[in-house]
Amino acid sequence: MYIRVRTEKCTGCGTCVASCPYDAIVMHEDAARITELCQLCRACLGVCPEGAITEVAEESDRKEKGQGRGVWIFAEQRDGKIAGVSYELLGAGRRLAGDLGTELCAVLFGAADGGPEDLIRWGADKVYYCDDEMLCTFNDEPYARLLTNLISVHRPEIVLAGATPIGRSFFPRVAARLHTGLTADCTSLEIDPETKNLLQVRPAFGGNIMATILCPHTRPQMATVRPRVMQKGEYDADRKGEIIRVTAAGISSGTRVIETVKEVSEVALNLHEANIIVAGGRGVGGDKGFKALFELAEALNGSIAASRAAVDEGWIPYRHQVGQTGKTVGPTLYIACGISGAVQHIVGMQSSDIIVAINKNPEAPIFNIATYGIVGDLFEIVPLLTKRIREAKGL
Amino acid sequence: MKIVICVKQVPDTAEVRINPETNTLIRDGVPSIINPFDMHAIEAGLQIREAAGGEVTAITMGPPQAEQVLRESLSMGVDKAVLVSDRLFAGSDTWATAYTLYKAIEHIGADIILCGKQAIDGDTAQVGPEIAEFFDMPHISYIRKIVDVSRERIVVQRLMDDGFDVVESKLPVLLTVVRELNVPRLPSLKGKMAAKKAEIVKISAADLKVDEQDLGLKGSPTQVLNIFAPDPKGNRKMLQGGPEEMVSQLVSELLESKCI
Ligand SMILES: Cc1cc2nc3c(=O)[nH]c(=O)nc-3n(C[C@H](O)[C@H](O)[C@H](O)COP(=O)(O)OP(=O)(O)OC[C@H]3O[C@@H](n4cnc5c(N)ncnc54)[C@H](O)[C@@H]3O)c2cc1C
Ligand SMILES: Nc1ncnc2c1ncn2[C@@H]1O[C@H](COP(=O)(O)O)[C@@H](O)[C@H]1O
Repeated sequence: MYIRVRTEKCTGCGTCVASCPYDAIVMHEDAARITELCQLCRACLGVCPEGAITEVAEESDRKEKGQGRGVWIFAEQRDGKIAGVSYELLGAGRRLAGDLGTELCAVLFGAADGGPEDLIRWGADKVYYCDDEMLCTFNDEPYARLLTNLISVHRPEIVLAGATPIGRSFFPRVAARLHTGLTADCTSLEIDPETKNLLQVRPAFGGNIMATILCPHTRPQMATVRPRVMQKGEYDADRKGEIIRVTAAGISSGTRVIETVKEVSEVALNLHEANIIVAGGRGVGGDKGFKALFELAEALNGSIAASRAAVDEGWIPYRHQVGQTGKTVGPTLYIACGISGAVQHIVGMQSSDIIVAINKNPEAPIFNIATYGIVGDLFEIVPLLTKRIREAKGL
Repeated sequence: MKIVICVKQVPDTAEVRINPETNTLIRDGVPSIINPFDMHAIEAGLQIREAAGGEVTAITMGPPQAEQVLRESLSMGVDKAVLVSDRLFAGSDTWATAYTLYKAIEHIGADIILCGKQAIDGDTAQVGPEIAEFFDMPHISYIRKIVDVSRERIVVQRLMDDGFDVVESKLPVLLTVVRELNVPRLPSLKGKMAAKKAEIVKISAADLKVDEQDLGLKGSPTQVLNIFAPDPKGNRKMLQGGPEEMVSQLVSELLESKCI
């Protein structure tokens, strides 16, 4: 494919020049011209008021599409506990498998509570299960190698993993080896009713932009899926399915986990799993300010999060950071204190069910996504809120 | 020890917006910068050189003006800079980018390859692990601390959701780094002078001796179908009254919705 300007239609208005993120469009003799800087990102398609910018497909763009069958999800476990996102993948996978009229399979590496049976009760038809000791702790190479082997043999149509540190680290290796596409951190997955291709929606440019990605010519179509955006599958204690044991014999690893260190503060930390989160930003003013937030979190039995500004100031460690370069969370309640609501922060918490914003500036953009907004000084509001909640809970 | 750092030129994404009516990027005067995570990769490479000796090469794949990020890397103190640039690379997704970088790094040779955790334009975090797979070498993602490094092995801390793992790897290895790892140094005056004059090695598609079908758009399994503005959200209810009133109102709303 390449981008072409139909010079007979171009009026030289320059709209397209401003739209190009790579400065690849210049005006030349009163007409737009695409230079060799063009990255084929397609941002200019559709901006031209005259419709003078078009894409031209080439014969060689086509690649052979292998046959695929089944939707697969990778069920991640850590310390023998299946990650929450795995159940969400089963929910999404069930829906996609239904649309394609095919089966849903889960892949589980390492022994886990509930085991493969649990994945069947949550929606899987089949589970490929390997309980080899070597896969109990996560190492990229053996995970990638074993999954690559399984995919090569069974040829699924779609393979999904959670967009967690584990999924985002080893899935790229699998896609690289299979020469297929991988779409990172998807927030929506649909089957195109006509082509049966997977339409994968994901944020890019720090959440300022959403993009729909296709993998039209190669199989499987692979994606990592952001935790807490898909609906969990339905649990059925009587569901029956097939468990297929696989062996990791002959698979080796160049890395070895020497030690796993948990960093949990007084207030339970696992932000991904938290139902209630109290978050602080630059407005909190310092580590002393965070004390008041910790007290509120404690009263609510919640966790503590922060904006990047607060982390950069050194008031709270990085692992509490929520947003584009931090964690993505989706609690039932997110209380944002002294956070302005920059898009890079919002992308990490906007799927929360209820968002409370406390900010002294009535114009702060955080109010645009808030369920409840309080304009006021957090140093006054937060302690008061803690007190009222304690009273309400009889603490 | 041969250390290679992958650096990418990116638009400063904090300022890129989309026009919701036309679904196109508005990018008036947004500057291009070194991907912020890659700055930490450069710093890590320089520190490894200081501790264990060796040579540090910065490599980028991109259009000719991506040379800018190489000059910046040189001014921070890297020894060599390689620009991988060709019309045929245009439209590369992460697969084609990683494949091209892999072929180019093969020319240079590497004991340690350092990448940023992710690039802030695409936010994919895929190029690093993909390069490692092409090399068939181990990789470790989200490095927040390098504990020990020798010619045969390296021990690092890998950031995870619930803490960190201490991971050991044999060399050669690829690492992707997070911001916590270090504070990137500022270029020295001497470095800046040297960077201006330094020669930049240029690699084109022909130098790589690869099948054109594996490059650029043709080599990319994924395609961008369209781009659009994120959904505006907000059923905002601004609470009214004094602090006491607002807080009481909030608590009763929260109790009613049964979320506390
Ligand atoms: C590539 C990139 C990635 C990024 N990634 C992230 C990310 O992952 N997460 C993230 O959070 N940010 C991220 N950012 C930064 C983001 O753009 C913002 O700078 C940041 O979120 C701002 O944090 P803040 O809201 O705490 O600070 P500010 O924007 O300074 O806002 C402070 C707010 O506190 C209010 N305030 C002050 N005092 C009080 C008081 N006493 N009572 C009540 N309110 C008060 C003010 O009115 C203001 O609205 C990223 C930026 C870039 C460029
Ligand atoms: N075109 C490129 N040139 C050099 N390095 C790159 C390029 N694209 C990605 N990288 C490296 O891969 C990392 C992850 O990028 P990404 O997978 O695009 O999020 C970046 O931090 C860089 O270190």
